[in-house]
Amino acid sequence: MNILIILIPVSVLLGAGGLAACLWTLRNGQYEDLEGDAARILLEDPLDPRGPDSKTPAAPE
Amino acid sequence: MSVAACPGCIAAAPLTEMPARPAPKAGDAIYIALPQIHCAACIAGVERVLADLPSVAAARVNLGAKRLRLLPTAGHDESEALSVLNAAGFDAHLLDASALGPAGDEEGRKLLARAAVAGFAMMNVMAVSVAVWSGAGEVTREMFHWVSASIALPALAFSAVPFFASTVTALRAGRMNMDVPIALAIFLAAATSLYETFADTGAHTWFDAALSLCFFLLVGRYLEHRARATARSAAAELTALELPRATRLTEAGRETVNVCALMPGDRIALAAGARAPVDGTAEGPATLDRSALTGEAAPVPLSVGGAVCAGEVILGAPLTLAVTRRAEDSTLRRLAALVEVAETGRHRYSGLADRAARLYAPVVHGLAALAFALWWGLTGDLHHAISVATATLIITCPCALALAIPAVTAAMTGRLFRGGVLLKSPTALERLAEIDTVVFDKTGTLTEGVARLPGLAPEAAAVARALAEASDHPVSRALVAALAECAPAQLTDLRELPGEGVEARWNGRSVRLGRGAKGPVLELPGEVIPLPLTEHLRPGALEVIADLEATGFDVVMLTGDTPARAEVLARRLGIAKVHAGVRAGDKADCLAGMTREGRRVLMVGDGLNDTGALARAHASLAPASALDAARVASDGVMLGVDLRAVAQTLALARRARRRIRQNLAVAALYNAVAIPVAVLGHATPLMAAAVMSSSSILVAMNAVRR
Repeated sequence: MNILIILIPVSVLLGAGGLAACLWTLRNGQYEDLEGDAARILLEDPLDPRGPDSKTPAAPE
Repeated sequence: MSVAACPGCIAAAPLTEMPARPAPKAGDAIYIALPQIHCAACIAGVERVLADLPSVAAARVNLGAKRLRLLPTAGHDESEALSVLNAAGFDAHLLDASALGPAGDEEGRKLLARAAVAGFAMMNVMAVSVAVWSGAGEVTREMFHWVSASIALPALAFSAVPFFASTVTALRAGRMNMDVPIALAIFLAAATSLYETFADTGAHTWFDAALSLCFFLLVGRYLEHRARATARSAAAELTALELPRATRLTEAGRETVNVCALMPGDRIALAAGARAPVDGTAEGPATLDRSALTGEAAPVPLSVGGAVCAGEVILGAPLTLAVTRRAEDSTLRRLAALVEVAETGRHRYSGLADRAARLYAPVVHGLAALAFALWWGLTGDLHHAISVATATLIITCPCALALAIPAVTAAMTGRLFRGGVLLKSPTALERLAEIDTVVFDKTGTLTEGVARLPGLAPEAAAVARALAEASDHPVSRALVAALAECAPAQLTDLRELPGEGVEARWNGRSVRLGRGAKGPVLELPGEVIPLPLTEHLRPGALEVIADLEATGFDVVMLTGDTPARAEVLARRLGIAKVHAGVRAGDKADCLAGMTREGRRVLMVGDGLNDTGALARAHASLAPASALDAARVASDGVMLGVDLRAVAQTLALARRARRRIRQNLAVAALYNAVAIPVAVLGHATPLMAAAVMSSSSILVAMNAVRR
C-alpha cells in the first residue's frame, strides 16, 4: 500500500491544478458572456488584422 | 432601494464631481447599448465595423447583456464609433457608466469561486472516503481521515463563509433563517469529524458530507444570484440610457451641464419631445404632455410665462425654460418621495423560504436534541449520543430544501427574462403568484403616449397641421402635437372663425378645419375627413384584459384622467371597474384601500403619479417606457411594448409556485425517510452522500423541466 504515499498527493495535486484553472477562468471573466461565447465559435475569421489580442480584451478591468 | 433624490439625481449622484464630461483617457471603458444584436453575425458585424476605426483601441460585444465595451484610443471619444454603428444599422445608445454600477459581477464571481473550491474538495475527499466506506484497514483508514481533514478544513473555511456570516447576522437580530441549521450542521460535522480523526475511535467522519452540503447549497445560491443580477443589470441599463443632462443657455452660447448643477435663474433649451428636468416657466408658447404626472392624456396648451413642472414633456416645438427651482426641490422629487413612504411595507414580506425555514429549523434542532438525549439517557455513552445527533443534523440538512426554491426562481426568472420581463425583487415571483386583482394605469400603460391620429395621407396631414397651427384652441394644440412629425403645408388667407374653426386657401382652393358632427373634421376640396383624436392602445391591451378576466382576475383601471375619457377607453377594453380623476397621492390610498379589503393587487403603471401605488401594491410591473422613478418603485420591468407580458408573467409565477411546492414536498419526503434512520443511529456517511446528491439533483431537474 506504500504506493498510496505517491498516488494520493498526485491525485490531490491534479485536482488542485483543475481548481486553479477554474479560478483563473473566473478571474479572467470567461463567464461574463456565455451566450456570446457560444455564438463566437461560429465566426470563422480572426476579426482583427492587427493581431489576435488587440481588439478582443477578454478581461474586464 | 430607496428613492431619496429625484430620478435624475440618483443617476447623476456619482457624477457630481465631473460636471462636464472630460475627454476620456485611453483605458476608460465606455459602454454602449446595442438592443438589437442577437446572433453571431451581429457580433462579427459590430466588431468588424469598429475594427478599422482609428479612434477605437478595443471593442468587444457582450451578447448576453446586448452591450458593447469600447476602449477609445487616447484623445478620442466614442462619438465616431456611435455614428459608424448607427450608420451600419445597429441601434447604438451610449450608456452612463456610473448608473451601470461596477463592471462585472463581483458577488457572483465570489460565489462561483467558493462553489468551485467546495466542489474540488468534495470530489477529492469523496474519492478518499470510498476506500474507507468499503472497509479500509486501521492504518490506511487513519491516514485517509487525516488526508480528508487536511483538504476539508481549509476548503470549508473558505467556502462556508456565506452561511456562517448569514447565521451570525440572523442570530444577532434574533431571527431564524435557513442558514442557521446549515451552518450548525457544517460546523458540527467538521468538529466531530476532527475529533474522531484525532482520537481515532473508528467512528464515522463526515468531512465529505459537510463539503457536499456546502457545494450544493452554493450552487443553489449562485443560481439565485445570477438570475437576479442579470435582471437588475438590465434594469440599471434603462436608467443608464437616460443621461441626466440639460442644455444651458448662457451669453457665451450653449453648454451641456448636469441637471443637478442647474440653478434658479438659468435658462435651458428643451427640444420637442424632451422631458423638463426641473420646474420652470415657459419663455414661449408650448404644448405639454402632463400624463406622467397627472395621467391626463390630452396635451395641455401653455402660454408665455406658464409654469412647467419637472417630468412634463414638451410637444410640438422647442421651448426655452427659465429655471425656478433646483432639481432636488422640483415636483419630480416631491412625488418620488411618495415611494419612500410606501416602500417599507414590502420589505416585511417573508417568502416561502423563510416560512419553510421557520418551520424546519426548530423541528430539526428538536429532533437532533431528542436523539442526543435519548441515546445519552439510554446508553450513557456521550460519544455515541453526539455522533447520532450530528448524523441527524447532517442527514436532515436542507440541501434539497435550500435548492427547492432558488432553482425554481432562477429557472422561471430566466424564462421571464428571455420573454422580456425583468424581475428585480427576490420575492417578486412568489408575490406575483398570490395576485387576485390587477390594477392598470391608463395613460402610458394601457395606451401609448399622446393622443394620436389614425393614418392621414401626407398631404392631408400637412394641411391639418398648418390649419391647426393658426389657432390656440385646445383641440388645435392637440392636433399640432399629434402631427408634430409632418411639415405644415403652405396656406394663404388664413382666417379663424371663433367657435367655427379655421379656414384658408390651399393651392387656390378652400380648406377648413372645424367642428363636425362627431368631433373635429378636416374639409379638403371634395372630401371631409373626420379627425378622431383617439388614444392609441398599447399592443396586446385588449387581449391581456380579456385573458386576465377569463382566468378569474379582477381588472381595475386607475387613472388621473377625466372620468369621461376613462369611461370611453374602459368600454373599449371591457374593464368594468374604473377609478378616474384620481390624483397622484390618492392612487396609493386607493391601493391601500383595496389591500384592506383583502385583495392582493398587482399594479401596472408607468407615470410618476403611479409610483406611490406601485410601491404600495402587493406586486408591481412597469413598462420600459416608464419614468425612472416608476421603474425603481416596481418589482419588474416589461421590456417589450406588448401588454400580454402581464398575463404571461402571472401564469408563470403561478407555475413557479406549483413547482416550489412540489420541490418542498420531495425534500420533506426525503427527510421523512432519513430522519428515523438517523435518530435510530443507523446513518452512515455513504447514505448521507447518496441521499443528499440524489434529492438535490431531483429537485434541480424538477425546476428546469418545461
